[in-house]
Amino acid sequence: MNKSGLQLFADLIRELDSSTKTNDKLFALGNYFANAPMPDRVWVIALFSGRRPRRIVGSTQLQIWCAAETGLPDWLLAECYHTVGDLAETIALLMPENTHTHQTLDLSYYIEALQKIEKESEETKRSFIVSQWHQLNKDALFVFNKLITGGFRIGISQKMMVNALAASVQLDPSLIALRISGKWDPVTTSFETLLSNDLQQQDFSKPYPFYLAHALEEEPINLGNINEWQAEWKWDGIRGQLIKRNGEIYVWSRGEELMTDKFPEYASLKNLLPDGIVLDGEIIPTKNKQPLPFALLQTRISRKNITKKQLEEVPISFFAYDLLEWQHEDIRGWPLEKRAVLLEQIIATANLPERLQLSTPIEANTWEELIAIRNDSRSMFAEGLMLKRKNSIYQVGRKTGDWWKWKIDPLTIDAVMIYAQKGHGRRSNLYTDYTFAVRDGDKLISFTKAYSGLTDKEFIQVDDFVKKNAVEKFGPVRTVKPELVFEIAFEGIAASNRHKSGVALRFPRILRWRKDKTITDINTLEDLKKLLALYGK
Amino acid sequence: MQLIEFTDKGLYCRVGDFYIDPWKSVPYAVITHAHSDHARYGSGTYLCHQLTKPLLQLRLGNNNYEAIAWNEAVYRNGVKVSLHPAGHIIGSSQIRVEYKGEVWVVSGDYKTVDDGISTIFEPVRCNTFITESTFGLPIYQWESQSTIFEQIGNWILRNKEQNVSSVLIAYSLGKAQRILHAVKAVTDTIWVHGAIWNAHQTLVAAGIRLPEVKRITTETTKTELKNAVVIAPPGADGSPWLKRFNPYTVGVCSGWMQVRGNKRRNNADAGFVLSDHADWNGLLSAINATGAQRVFVTHGFQSVLSRYLNEKGVEASEVKTAYGEEEVEKEDGV
Repeated sequence: MNKSGLQLFADLIRELDSSTKTNDKLFALGNYFANAPMPDRVWVIALFSGRRPRRIVGSTQLQIWCAAETGLPDWLLAECYHTVGDLAETIALLMPENTHTHQTLDLSYYIEALQKIEKESEETKRSFIVSQWHQLNKDALFVFNKLITGGFRIGISQKMMVNALAASVQLDPSLIALRISGKWDPVTTSFETLLSNDLQQQDFSKPYPFYLAHALEEEPINLGNINEWQAEWKWDGIRGQLIKRNGEIYVWSRGEELMTDKFPEYASLKNLLPDGIVLDGEIIPTKNKQPLPFALLQTRISRKNITKKQLEEVPISFFAYDLLEWQHEDIRGWPLEKRAVLLEQIIATANLPERLQLSTPIEANTWEELIAIRNDSRSMFAEGLMLKRKNSIYQVGRKTGDWWKWKIDPLTIDAVMIYAQKGHGRRSNLYTDYTFAVRDGDKLISFTKAYSGLTDKEFIQVDDFVKKNAVEKFGPVRTVKPELVFEIAFEGIAASNRHKSGVALRFPRILRWRKDKTITDINTLEDLKKLLALYGK
Repeated sequence: MQLIEFTDKGLYCRVGDFYIDPWKSVPYAVITHAHSDHARYGSGTYLCHQLTKPLLQLRLGNNNYEAIAWNEAVYRNGVKVSLHPAGHIIGSSQIRVEYKGEVWVVSGDYKTVDDGISTIFEPVRCNTFITESTFGLPIYQWESQSTIFEQIGNWILRNKEQNVSSVLIAYSLGKAQRILHAVKAVTDTIWVHGAIWNAHQTLVAAGIRLPEVKRITTETTKTELKNAVVIAPPGADGSPWLKRFNPYTVGVCSGWMQVRGNKRRNNADAGFVLSDHADWNGLLSAINATGAQRVFVTHGFQSVLSRYLNEKGVEASEVKTAYGEEEVEKEDGV
């Protein structure tokens, strides 16, 4: 019997899930793209490139329906959900195995059937969804539920999918990336039109591989004469290439995703830049030519459609620091200082500083002077400095020697863990999400959550502590005995009236578990407020 | 009557003056089974099943052991103690304690389905049942052993086709022996880690019939291990010891493999949902079969299971114990 489209997709998800090796994943994807029904292939491209169908029911309804079907009390279903960390999977595990084998259909059938009932009554939705729960086997049921709840969490980047597609249809990956970017509707687009080769068009969008820097671990004095080095701010934005070829603008992110659509503002540069150039730089939100916090950019790029309000509130600028192509010619082999001269001219000629500005090199005559400037990074919304050898060529990938990132140390504070929650994905059934508090007199005030920074082994130790020292027994959050002390690192601090502590941290994470410290050694709310006064403008 | 108390040394029967699976040294310990979180060093006398005794000797060395058969009674100060099959691993027993007509049963670890090597679980009527709850959530529902064995067999055959070694991760005592027949069906030679070899030899000497296995030693050559089928304990997973099997793929046999996130955390290439503990329905049916008026729930999801039982009209409360810590695997010898 031939497998249905849904079953093939379920198999693909299982295979992607059960390997950590990129090659295995590429193989599984390639296999899928060779064998799946055509409309399903289009849907998989859509799903893996962030084009999830609109959600037609909320997770609360799904939980209620599942409780009704299984006869389990609501609280028990909630416990299961907290432990599994994924509602689609929880329901698949709770529904009794369907012993009758029903013929399943293609993936496209289920997606389109779900979309069709979007506007129908809740009863109609319920009866369709629940009837699938009683017909599909566990693997298929899981992916069916995922079509409703979204987020497959299988570690597939868009780039990986593009590479698999490229191998399967034998086209250049950058051409595939270009084809699947932008606006297209999986319902009306066929696989052939999406990836046809007959256009034979030249790929004008193609970026260069990025040159990446290693972190500078030693003293800068060891780099030799400062006059051989160019220093720049290390901006806190999205590394990107801005390309103008064939009269069009293209924007690529460092993840080699084509993001032109995300930044419509850059279209205004189309008539101001010469044709046949590639700029390397940072995509940064700015107001009055000054950088804004990175968090604003994050909320903007996570949206599929950018609103007018966002365009007004978080306008984007490009801080250029390198020129890789000029007059359609690859100039990466030129020394940096020579490329810099041309770069400066191009930007001056375009003369649209609110969209495109030069990431101006920093003047410093001695390393001591530069160290002092670097200490000011936080007030510039920069993460530190970049050091680039003036005669360096533009290399491929992460290479040692000519380019260094020289980040400032994060801010840190010692805090005690007071709440813990089970994680998701590979942290399922393990308490890995923690809330931390500082002291305020004899009270503890929570001020941040942190999810990362411990090793797997440490997570297991903390999980064990939480299980033994938890106060509540039900629901997702455990109040724990305030005993474990951690050093929390963060990149910035701002005033916030949404938080009890009055502060919000940027990129908080656990720096280390301070087993040498007890709750009496932790920092105070006063300490946090001092940091706010110093760094949180 | 509180026939068994919950003390900081373990479950204690005051009238009979003995402990069950104590986690500290006591004069007289009744042992449910030989896993290290239930059978610990340092007690004066150990009472256990005949098949458990050689395993305790292997793991705890020479001690004062008293070994009895299932359903054989031992009296301590007028308290009747007997052992009944728990189906968890070879020799694993429930402990039945009776005094003046009052009966308590301590489950130890158990599963209700027949695995073919551990004597099948025997429901024992009692007034009070002390049950484990390792997998006490309804998401844990096991497929039949034959289904899982088929998955393991197919996985090994596929690996052979692709010329990679199959490394199955299984507890050295219990799971490692349980999967032998499934593995034997698809391969001639079964290679095992030293820890599994030791348990295997002990069980064979005790008269248990098991398929033959080969021990991996420092003398074992790479040629011998080409496309090998290997059983190794969890401690070997992710260790350099595995390098000798290159290229290889890892399959983990555990009830925890039921949830995707857990499988990913283990970095397992394949997960086989095979557990020596009762699943949700197994726990409920076992509890029901005891006819107990009162249930104490230990290690696992004790708050969830006891709340559920209370809602279903069974008086239940949870008890903290030191069981359920990861079974400690000795990393002795290759």
